[in-house]
Amino acid sequence: MTERKSPADSALWQLTRARIVGFLREPEAVFWVFAFPVLMALALGIAYRNQGPPRSRIGIEEGPRAGVIAAALARDAELEILRLAPAEAATALRRGRIAVLVSASGAAPPVLTYDPSRPETRLAYLATRDALERAAGRADKLDLRADTRVRPGARYIDFLIPGLIGLNLLGTGMWGVGFPIATARQQKLLKRLIATPMRRRDYLMSLMLARLVWLALEVIAVLGFGILAFGTIVRGSWLAFALVALVGALVFSALGLLVACRARTIEAVSGLMNVVMLPMWLLSGSFFSADRFPPVMQPLVQALPLTLVNNALRSIANEGAGLAAVMPPLAALGLWGLAGFIVALRLFRWE
Amino acid sequence: MHSTSVTAASALLCRGLIKRYDDVVAVDGLDLEVRAGECFGLLGPNGAGKTTTIEILEGLMPADAGEVSVLGERWGGPHDRDLRERLGIQLQETKLSDKYTVAETVRLFRSFYRRGPRPDEVIRRVSLEEKAGTWVVKLSGGQRQRLSLACALVNAPEVLFLDEPTTGLDPQSRRQVWDLVDDFRREGGTVLLTTHYMDEAQRLCDRVAIMDHGRIIAIGTPAQLIATLGADHVVEFSVEGALDLDSIAGLPGVSQARREAGGVALIVREPHVSIPALLAALTRQGLPLLSLTTHHATLEDVFVSLTGRTLRDD
Repeated sequence: MTERKSPADSALWQLTRARIVGFLREPEAVFWVFAFPVLMALALGIAYRNQGPPRSRIGIEEGPRAGVIAAALARDAELEILRLAPAEAATALRRGRIAVLVSASGAAPPVLTYDPSRPETRLAYLATRDALERAAGRADKLDLRADTRVRPGARYIDFLIPGLIGLNLLGTGMWGVGFPIATARQQKLLKRLIATPMRRRDYLMSLMLARLVWLALEVIAVLGFGILAFGTIVRGSWLAFALVALVGALVFSALGLLVACRARTIEAVSGLMNVVMLPMWLLSGSFFSADRFPPVMQPLVQALPLTLVNNALRSIANEGAGLAAVMPPLAALGLWGLAGFIVALRLFRWE
Repeated sequence: MHSTSVTAASALLCRGLIKRYDDVVAVDGLDLEVRAGECFGLLGPNGAGKTTTIEILEGLMPADAGEVSVLGERWGGPHDRDLRERLGIQLQETKLSDKYTVAETVRLFRSFYRRGPRPDEVIRRVSLEEKAGTWVVKLSGGQRQRLSLACALVNAPEVLFLDEPTTGLDPQSRRQVWDLVDDFRREGGTVLLTTHYMDEAQRLCDRVAIMDHGRIIAIGTPAQLIATLGADHVVEFSVEGALDLDSIAGLPGVSQARREAGGVALIVREPHVSIPALLAALTRQGLPLLSLTTHHATLEDVFVSLTGRTLRDD
């Protein structure tokens, strides 16, 4: 009563199915992969939305000429004016409620009090001075015009979305591969599996295949959310974007495999996972530019796989880079992935 | 040490098997032959080396020294996968995926083998048809154990390895597992199982090896092993006061007398002769009897008589 197997009963497909179905039956895991990055994009997108030019608060000390000064400053829409009693004015300045204090006594020109060490108070000072000079009859010799429209691709949310995709690739890649291996080893399932004729490569490949299914879905979820909710764009090559995401996912899966190749318990894997992920969380510029780190750290920062992924995704999405432009980071990522896989497979412990 | 040789009739064979963990010797020069078609039991307390022995035979662990032959093949060669096609293995503590159903789990394991019965036939065989769509996490202990057996039977194996197959199960679930082993044997299968339950070994096994400290201390059919006691009844009793054991050991029909926790055990040929003699002796010595029970000698009594310890001592 034996029968030949159909392709749907191939070990590779059955193992992959077990991974996919097993994941879908864990609602918490689904939340972390799909909902979490979208909620994060939403929260940060709202917090850092463009609110137009910031307004400076200028205090005017009450006195006979306070009304005239206020009228002069009111012509500049970027200045917000507060009229304060002398005692109140000093406190307001000290506490930063106002950036500049304008006080006038007698017929002498007004005195502007401000802290020159902070950029925003300096700007407020310059704007105040400008407004007072113009009101006193200064004529501008050049007819300068400013273009202050904000373009898609230059906002914080445009910077953030590729960073969130990179971060998500890191998290799901490492957990998606490392966690099932650690669980199966701890529960002796790995041992039970190798007691069958199952090919070991089928097991490892099934983890990768299941990973790729999530990859497509999670990138579409975050990117689609950015496009629909914030009008972010992918200016460059979609193919290049997909390729960077794919290679990035494989690199992080290799790191997940490496982290889980020997660990006997889930706790040990979690610890190692954090050791590997934390430097990239901090240094790879997901939330702010990695260029802010001092030059001495840059060789390390720029070599981290997440930095490579983030920068490549950003250059494609925001600067319109094509396939050729991301070849160098792709090659570097390829090296990371290859090294990770080779070391992981050499060290891998099945029992 | 007697020498064994590979014959067509031996399904499993090991010779001079040694396995150490750090400085603990788990298996200490073990010789074993399991014949095709027999059910062989490794019996012994926890830590006797049963699991280590069975896992070496399963090819899951290398031995430090000694030879192992499984269905005439050796582990570590190019034919390991072919050999695995012919074996069914149940490990002691495998935890199958919680949120996978019975049918999915059997189908997954079936996918690893080239040939074997259909998954639904295997599920019917272990009487889990009604649970086919149930998640593993929702099964009872007995049902999980039968699922684990189903996974070991998906390839219609020639040899079935069972490591403590009924530990922790209720009596009804144990009988269900035993029936499954009987079914497998009826079709000509060979079984190697480990257990620390005497009744299980007596019920299932054609031959039993009693293991202690990594060695086999006795081997034979359950009846042969019990016969080594020299008698097949055990009388256990306790008295108030100090008893002179020698005065009892010489009573008619008594082949062995030993002290054990809570009293004295006598191995006797004819209880109807020995018990009246015992009562008379106790009366003579002025020792009031506190309790007295008798039972047929079991493999447990064999183990105690060989080691001076009970199987559950550890």
